[in-house]
Amino acid sequence: MLRAIDIRKSFGKTEVLKGVTVRVSRGEVVAIIGRSGSGKSTLLRCLNHLETIDSGTILIGGQAMAETGADGRTVYRRDRDLRGICLKMGLVFQDYNLFPHYSVLKNLTMPQCMVLRRSPQEAEQKALLLLQKVGLSDKASEYPCNLSGGQCQRVAIARALAMDPEILCFDEPTSALDPQLTQEVLAVIRQLASEKRTMIVVTHEMNFARDVADRVIYMEDGLVVEDGPAAKVLGDHRSEAIKRFAGDGGY
Amino acid sequence: MKYFNNPEAFLKLVFSMREGFMATLLIFGSTLLFSIPLGMIVALLRMNRRRVISVPVSLYILVMRGTPLMLQIFAIYFAIPMFCGVNLDRMAATILAFSLNYAAYFAEIFRGGMQSIPVGQHEASQVLGLTRAQTFFHIVLPQVAKRVLLPVSNEVITLVKDTSLANIIAVGELFRAAKNEASRTASVEPLFVAGLFYLLMNGVVTLFFSFVSRRMAYYKD
Repeated sequence: MLRAIDIRKSFGKTEVLKGVTVRVSRGEVVAIIGRSGSGKSTLLRCLNHLETIDSGTILIGGQAMAETGADGRTVYRRDRDLRGICLKMGLVFQDYNLFPHYSVLKNLTMPQCMVLRRSPQEAEQKALLLLQKVGLSDKASEYPCNLSGGQCQRVAIARALAMDPEILCFDEPTSALDPQLTQEVLAVIRQLASEKRTMIVVTHEMNFARDVADRVIYMEDGLVVEDGPAAKVLGDHRSEAIKRFAGDGGY
Repeated sequence: MKYFNNPEAFLKLVFSMREGFMATLLIFGSTLLFSIPLGMIVALLRMNRRRVISVPVSLYILVMRGTPLMLQIFAIYFAIPMFCGVNLDRMAATILAFSLNYAAYFAEIFRGGMQSIPVGQHEASQVLGLTRAQTFFHIVLPQVAKRVLLPVSNEVITLVKDTSLANIIAVGELFRAAKNEASRTASVEPLFVAGLFYLLMNGVVTLFFSFVSRRMAYYKD
């Protein structure tokens, strides 16, 4: 479904990704964990084309988004194809980034109509269905400024889902929320996982990663240090690196 | 007192200034019509990454904001016939000078507004697949409009009063009409009447902006 091979990315002189390789299969939920500054968010942003990579290959659904050729030059697809490939990816941000001047409903319908050329009726139907799914049917006509953080994040999830992405990515979706609101957002992600949606979740929630993710990738200093089944990476026999990251042995 | 204690003379005076008032309205309306879109274009060029574009535009803004509008009106009225050989109508020169000047101020207001939109709005738009044009017109511009409303209302109020500068190249606008009337009748009262006109116009402008502001209050950002 998704393969990223030997991704390198520098900001100025700081190399943030030092040759990262990840692969995600259809229906898999992958959690990416690691300290702040380990490069996990940058990796996710590269996969969503919010950052351009310096070298490496990104394949999404078998199509190359960017490729480093034999001559060592990294080439992105031309714009038209690139947009199509990027549409296979959905991204939920840490701070939601809802459009404040649109109602909840319009946040969900506007991109469908503009990008996927869906009719207003079809878009609205889809939007209402998704709002029901995230438990916010009664908020369709509200504006984001009148919602709680948890509600905003659930709207953002619904907005991403409305575009029918093949892979849904989450960039620390609960970092801006208090514990109670965190739970309502995690419940939605859990439900999506049970529906066998392909997801990549960058998170600090270790319990969540262990419970929901099929696979956990642990990053440190721009490299993937651990990559394996959640039970193994975060289980009783976890490595020293994970123990150090998780604090005094427990979480 | 010739006018303020004589309603009939007062009304006559007001009536005699109607042409000046219309000229003032023409300068005011045309300037807004041209300078707001132009200001938006200037703002976008000013934010262009290429320095060959952004540096000359900064220079334009510096000159327009850094020299007196009165001088600019003179310069355009006298310089264009000198260098281009075309004779500019007084009113046309005035509107051109005002538009170029106000575009520079509006550009900086719009630039500030656009830069205040969180980068996340652009990123969310991009991830959802919106084109850059769609993002600009549907996501950024409506939010900018709300954020710049207050500084724009300041500029528009200033513009109402600045139209009086046109009288230095003998455009028959409100202030000139009042001045003529004042010297003809050896009374300062017509000038105060002109002041009332400006005040009235700005009352309308203020009402308009508070109306728009209320219309935009349906969301907070």
